[in-house]
Amino acid sequence: MMQLTLAQESAHGDWLGRFDPRLRLLTALLLALTVVALQRLPLLLTALLLALLLAWRVGLSGPLLRKRLLAMEGFMIVLLVMLPFSVPGESWLTLGPFSASLEGLWRALEIVLRANAVVILLMALIGTLEPVVLGHALGQLRLPQKLIHLFLFTVRYIGVLFDEYQTLRLAMRARAFVAGSNRHTWRSLGWLLGMLLVRSLERSRRILAAMKCRGFSGRFYLVNPNVWRHRDTLALFAAGGLAAILLLLEQTL
Amino acid sequence: MNEILISLQDIAFGYPAHPVLSAVNFHLHPGERVALLGENGAGKTTLLQLMVGLHKPSAGRIHAFGRERRSEQEFREVRARAGLLFQDADDQLFCPTVLEDVIFGPLNLGRSETEARAIAEQVLDSLGLTHYADRVTHKLSGGEKRMVSLATVLAMQPQVLLMDEPTNGLDEKAEQRLLEHLESLPQAMVFVSHDRKLVERLATRAVLIQDGTLVEGIMHSHPHLHTHSHLHIHAAGIDAGHEHDGSVPEHRHAHGGADQRSG
Repeated sequence: MMQLTLAQESAHGDWLGRFDPRLRLLTALLLALTVVALQRLPLLLTALLLALLLAWRVGLSGPLLRKRLLAMEGFMIVLLVMLPFSVPGESWLTLGPFSASLEGLWRALEIVLRANAVVILLMALIGTLEPVVLGHALGQLRLPQKLIHLFLFTVRYIGVLFDEYQTLRLAMRARAFVAGSNRHTWRSLGWLLGMLLVRSLERSRRILAAMKCRGFSGRFYLVNPNVWRHRDTLALFAAGGLAAILLLLEQTL
Repeated sequence: MNEILISLQDIAFGYPAHPVLSAVNFHLHPGERVALLGENGAGKTTLLQLMVGLHKPSAGRIHAFGRERRSEQEFREVRARAGLLFQDADDQLFCPTVLEDVIFGPLNLGRSETEARAIAEQVLDSLGLTHYADRVTHKLSGGEKRMVSLATVLAMQPQVLLMDEPTNGLDEKAEQRLLEHLESLPQAMVFVSHDRKLVERLATRAVLIQDGTLVEGIMHSHPHLHTHSHLHIHAAGIDAGHEHDGSVPEHRHAHGGADQRSG
């Protein structure tokens, strides 16, 4: 089974689980927007540290966090390398005809801090939610029904599809298939993907048939177990306060 | 004869170049438990799905619950009264949690959420699944998924149960549990199975698909005088209450008096 959530269920960040998942979503949104609005490096640094602290408190495992962050860093590296060279300003490094500006460097740093702070924050608050719970919370927040169900269906069937993929892959390996860079490999992998698509399509038909058998008429129903408590309101105010302080400092410093 | 629940008349299904079923006649009466047998690919699943209108027959007429059924609209009512249990529980359970899956049917039938919940709780309870309500469906084991699938079908309070290989892929314990529940149900049933034990214990009648058409199977029990060995596996060193003397008993069947030897 594929690991969808970031933390194991037994992580010591259980105190987070006492809050309504909706609070976690709202807080994440609020703080993420705040961080995006920040421009001063010391404040961004503070935000990053706060995010890391939160990640540590909810018990995110270090290696997993690093792995996910690396995936994003790889994505951003081109931008980071290009920025100093493309933003005009005081030069601090010249490579042949190209010169890197100090302004560009600051800008790049700003983006790195901001992106990391937001991503760590999201991983700590939302990444640790059980996907099904996340779906329910999103539904309770009145997001479009279609999106919620698309999400919940994905959660439901991604594991099934992954199992099917693994079975096929295993069957290939059982017949001594070793991936290389040749025509045979590409063709075989193509067939594997094609087969997965065909199977998914067939499965989707069977699911629809099963739904029709139970009188499906275009409506889905969610049972929402989440209850908003006093402490959720308090926590939301605390997060709001933090956001306000950060924004105020940004304005006045 | 009492009223017929589902009846198929001269049903044909398939493509011109590749007919699957033809001239199929079938009647289901209340209280019957019909085993539907046939080789792989003979069209057993198709036949079950034809009964609830998931496929359109190329010829023939389908009557269900006292009326002829043709359109999708007409079959909707049939599906509410004849619950189909799919072969792969992963196809059937698509909701995030068990409770949501079980109330899905009743809500579609226009029950209020409170009523649906009450039905769901009662059905889950009757199947011994009370504690599963909040479980996430994709994390259940194979046996649990099958039992929950049955619950989702029973929650619609059907008069007829159509089951596609209900014991397929279950271990002995899970199969035993399912069988016990099925035996206690009052509904008329049609079930596809290769599982001889299931057919033996559940079926009151059997039909076979042979060469694309349905023939009545003759179910009879012989006075079987069995003296043959069954494979019996238990852990070494455990007292299983019998001797292992190594002798191989003869396999003798006595079919209706005429002594036959086999194996």
